[in-house]
Amino acid sequence: MPVQYYIFLSIALFCIGVMGVLMRRNAIIIFMCVELMLNAVNLLLVAFSKMWADAGRVDAAGAQIFVFFIMVVAAAEVAVGLAIIVMVYRNSQSVDVNIMNRLKN
Amino acid sequence: MLTVLLILIPLVAGLLTFGLKGSGPKTVGLISSLASLAVTIAALFQFRTAPETLSHSCNWIPQLGATFSVGLDGMGMMLSLLTSISFVLIFIVINKREYDRANSFYALMLLSQAGLMGVFAAYDAMLFYFFWELALIPVYFLCSLWGGEKRIPVTFKFFVYTFAGSLLMLIGIIYIYLQTPEHSFSYASFTTAALPKETQSCLFWLFFVAFAIKMPIFPFHTWQPDTYEQSPTPVTMVLSGIMVKMGLFGVIRWLLPVLPQGAYVWSDVAIVLSIIGIVYASCIAIVQSDFKRLIAYSSIAHIGLMSAAIFANNEQSLQGVLVQFFNHGINIIGLWIIVEIIQDRLKVKSLNDLGGIAAYAPRMATFLVIISFANIALPLTNGFIGEFLMFSGLYQYNPWFMAVAGLGVILGAVYTLNMVQKVIFGQPNQLTETTTDLRGNEMLALSVIVAIILVLGVYPKPMLELVQSTTELVNKVY
Amino acid sequence: MINLVWLVPLLPLLGFLVNGLGRRYLSKSLAGIVGSGAILAAFVISLGMFLEVRTPGFQAVTVQLFDFISAGSLHIPFAFQVDQLSSLFLLIITGVGSLIHIYSTSYMHDETSEGFARYFAYLNLFVFSMLILVLGANYVMMFIGWEGVGLCSYLLIGFWYKNTNYNNAAKKAFVMNRIGDLGFLLGMFLMIVHFGSVNYSEVLPQIAGVAKGDGTLAAIAMLFFVGAMGKSAQVPLYTWLPDAMAGPTPVSALIHAATMVTAGIYMIARSNILYTLAPCVQNVVAIIGLVTAVLAASIALKQDDIKKVLAYSTVSQLGYMFLALGVGAYTTAVFHVMTHAFFKALLFLGSGSVIHAMGGEQDIRKMGGLKKYMPITNATFLIGCLAISGIPGLSGFFSKDEILSHTFAANKLLYVVGLLTALMTAFYMFRLYYITFCGQFRGTHEQEHHLHESPGAITFPLIVLAILSVIGGYVGLPAVFGAPNLLEHYLHPIFAASAEKVEPHELAHSTEWLLMGLSSVLVIITIFLARSWYRNFADNGEPRTGLAKVLENKWYVDEIYDAIIVKPLGMLSRFFEEAIERSGIDRLVNGVGRGVQWGSQQVRLLQSGQVGFYIFAMVIGMVLLFVIGFLVR
Repeated sequence: MPVQYYIFLSIALFCIGVMGVLMRRNAIIIFMCVELMLNAVNLLLVAFSKMWADAGRVDAAGAQIFVFFIMVVAAAEVAVGLAIIVMVYRNSQSVDVNIMNRLKN
Repeated sequence: MLTVLLILIPLVAGLLTFGLKGSGPKTVGLISSLASLAVTIAALFQFRTAPETLSHSCNWIPQLGATFSVGLDGMGMMLSLLTSISFVLIFIVINKREYDRANSFYALMLLSQAGLMGVFAAYDAMLFYFFWELALIPVYFLCSLWGGEKRIPVTFKFFVYTFAGSLLMLIGIIYIYLQTPEHSFSYASFTTAALPKETQSCLFWLFFVAFAIKMPIFPFHTWQPDTYEQSPTPVTMVLSGIMVKMGLFGVIRWLLPVLPQGAYVWSDVAIVLSIIGIVYASCIAIVQSDFKRLIAYSSIAHIGLMSAAIFANNEQSLQGVLVQFFNHGINIIGLWIIVEIIQDRLKVKSLNDLGGIAAYAPRMATFLVIISFANIALPLTNGFIGEFLMFSGLYQYNPWFMAVAGLGVILGAVYTLNMVQKVIFGQPNQLTETTTDLRGNEMLALSVIVAIILVLGVYPKPMLELVQSTTELVNKVY
Repeated sequence: MINLVWLVPLLPLLGFLVNGLGRRYLSKSLAGIVGSGAILAAFVISLGMFLEVRTPGFQAVTVQLFDFISAGSLHIPFAFQVDQLSSLFLLIITGVGSLIHIYSTSYMHDETSEGFARYFAYLNLFVFSMLILVLGANYVMMFIGWEGVGLCSYLLIGFWYKNTNYNNAAKKAFVMNRIGDLGFLLGMFLMIVHFGSVNYSEVLPQIAGVAKGDGTLAAIAMLFFVGAMGKSAQVPLYTWLPDAMAGPTPVSALIHAATMVTAGIYMIARSNILYTLAPCVQNVVAIIGLVTAVLAASIALKQDDIKKVLAYSTVSQLGYMFLALGVGAYTTAVFHVMTHAFFKALLFLGSGSVIHAMGGEQDIRKMGGLKKYMPITNATFLIGCLAISGIPGLSGFFSKDEILSHTFAANKLLYVVGLLTALMTAFYMFRLYYITFCGQFRGTHEQEHHLHESPGAITFPLIVLAILSVIGGYVGLPAVFGAPNLLEHYLHPIFAASAEKVEPHELAHSTEWLLMGLSSVLVIITIFLARSWYRNFADNGEPRTGLAKVLENKWYVDEIYDAIIVKPLGMLSRFFEEAIERSGIDRLVNGVGRGVQWGSQQVRLLQSGQVGFYIFAMVIGMVLLFVIGFLVR
């Protein structure tokens, strides 16, 4: 399969993620969309890594290790982020991000 | 080594003073300033025998090519002498005053002294800039914390002006730094950078505006009367006696040698601005009714003459300027001391509320008369030597410029005599009848000033010899 | 003796220091002794030097004390020059000066002891400055004295500092002098540029080598003359001198007779070669001198203040001296300085004696008939009036007549105007004399009760000066008398270089006799006219009208100056302050600051705290960056 397919898919996923973050107010959905963006990037990394490896230019493992890093970071982020969201929910009985502007004042 | 000591003494004393209470700050201030004076005098002797021992250099920020190079030539010597004498006098005069948070007050004063000494000694552009800011920032705090009623808008204006200037200068310094072949901030590589003429004439303005604001010359001067008026008088003394010299010093030490062609191209413009400043400030001084503002405008007029003489740039004018550095500082500090005393006694500074003090404080009146006449350059006072040489040099540059600048002589007489008359002559009023004459410490400080005025007025030779080398150097570069 | 020249200015300086610093501790008599003694001692030394200088073949001696200013190629030593001219002036200054000091010990006796010592300190400083002025061996030294006398006149005119009018007069004197001083400074700088020095011994020979009519010389001469206008009270800078009457009367005598106003004459006499080689400036000097003489004399005709009359008479006489300088009669000008010093000091001190007796009254309309109360003052004052009017045989006659005959030789028109001025002088002096000393006493009874002859310390100087006013003229007898002109002979070395450059215009002796006779007869007629008008003067109190009113108000010159200089300057200053300073530059700078502040206020609103908005802005930013990246490539 040509690499363009992966690129288009990845762009689509990324845009969905961006739009989700921008438009939704539910913190959990926003969170999911952030994950979606990360994974769109992961997909792209893997695709390019395969492409260059096929061309014999670089070692296939290099970029894919980077993907693992991202997944680990994302997992850590999920742990912290979800904890924050749970705390927010306990405090305000809501996960709507628009009411979370209390840092402002 | 003495040069480093000159910077270190006030710096250490200043930092120390922050932690002191009671009469500690006063004592430390006085001791530190006396120690600085002693070191300066020692340096003066060393300057006569072995001037090269006053230079000192070590690594500072090697990655940037900035070194800690300090040294004193005749001009630096003169200015550090002025600085240390002035601070001693200031601390003597305010010895009986009580300031809130005295520890911070004295600490900031000492820090600004360290900054000033650094500016006058720096032989590295980065170091120069560093000390330049170090000298300014304490003054900013001093004015905004201990100033008069309108101190907030006034310090705001001061801030806008000086930092705009500093920023321009920094841009200029960095630009030249990038042009130097070895990427160095040192004085030697700056002066040998030999930039093309067009670049020089652009860069000229970056430096000139920074220095012009500090001096200040027209039309960059409006921060000055307000700041002088609102600052506590000791700070005004530092500002007008010493700090204005930073700008003039900057022109002689950095602008002329580094950008000789730029200065050559724009010297007419600079002189015209200075001369406009002389006439303009003198005129305004005539109608001032505030004691402090009047002296502030008179200072602008005097500085205008100095700056015009610098850009006229010949032997006589430069020598006149260098001598006048010292003499103007001494005279104006003398005037401010009297302002401080009157304000302390009577709590007013409008000339219309004063009058007839001569009958109640004859000593103070005598001192005021002598210092005022020195300020308008009467022969046989110190003011005359500098003004005579500056006018003479300016005349050689262009007689018409000198003739217009000479109007300052007449207008200067008008406003100074106005001031003298309104303060000490005429009928006393209820308030001025309560004036008491000088106390011991004030007497001491003013006597020192008058002694300097008369001795240097009659026998200016030591001063002229001290600055001879600097004059020759600048003229050679030019 | 000549090596002691530094003592001459030093002694008054010491007197100044002792009196000035010790003014709280010195008793009046001690202060008076110190003050007068210093000047007297200086006079004795000057006399000793004079005896040495007057020997034929004496060469000018320069005594250098130390290097005053040396900058680059310019060297200005602090040096004194003793020659015929400076030595003569020394005698006048210290001689007349010490008489005035002695007089003051009595005249100022009502002051507090502190004020008394202060007065003597200033007086000594005044003499010191004047001595520096004439002794200096270069123009900078002259300038030191030049400004120094300005300072002292300021201090002495404003001596009674509680009176604001006096202070204003003092300020006016100083400022007007400063205008002149600027001219002097400019001249000096031009001299430095062209001749590289200001020392007489170097500059004057160089000037002598320049061709006649050279533009630079004319410029230097003109600028110096501006200085002289200020110092010697010539049109247009003369208005300070009449106002300077605010000071104590002996001070007026000192300013008018012995010091200060003669400085301009001295300067031109000193630089005579410069003026000889600049004929156009010489003409200006002559014309300005004559205009001043006429103008001041006309004002003096209608003044009622005894000191004002004398003040305008001084201005007028100074105009005469400049006329003499302008027609190249340098010796005559110096001669007139000398005789004028005698009789003007006499007149001023006499008027002081009158004022003293009248308890401070200066208006002559309220005096009258003082002859019988004050015989000595009356007699000496009369001698002074006769001398200044130019009655044959008295000192003023010789000097004035010489000026007139020189003027006649140079220009007949100037002569006519000069003669007219001489008649006016005689008229106003005798008007003054008759109103003051003759007729009925017109003051209050209390004043009449107090009228008395002044004490010895006042009359002694009067008598000495009266004698000098009579005999002083015989040192400069005109050639027609056949006797040798001692003064001309004595001053010859000073003016020798000038004399070589000009064709002497000799008048026939018969012409000279004729001129002399003419002026004498006219003057005597004028005096009798004044006598018949004012011998029995009665003040009818009517305000003056027409020309008399204009003269009484001094041609309204002060008002004109006020309208064309003082007021516009004030307006200009206010315009600078309000329009440019406050609403111009300040508003601009504050505007920049406020602009930044306002901008920040606006930008601050972007910081809404809405996470969504931040992210949205971020995305927009990124998209824009991509777009720009594409476009740029």
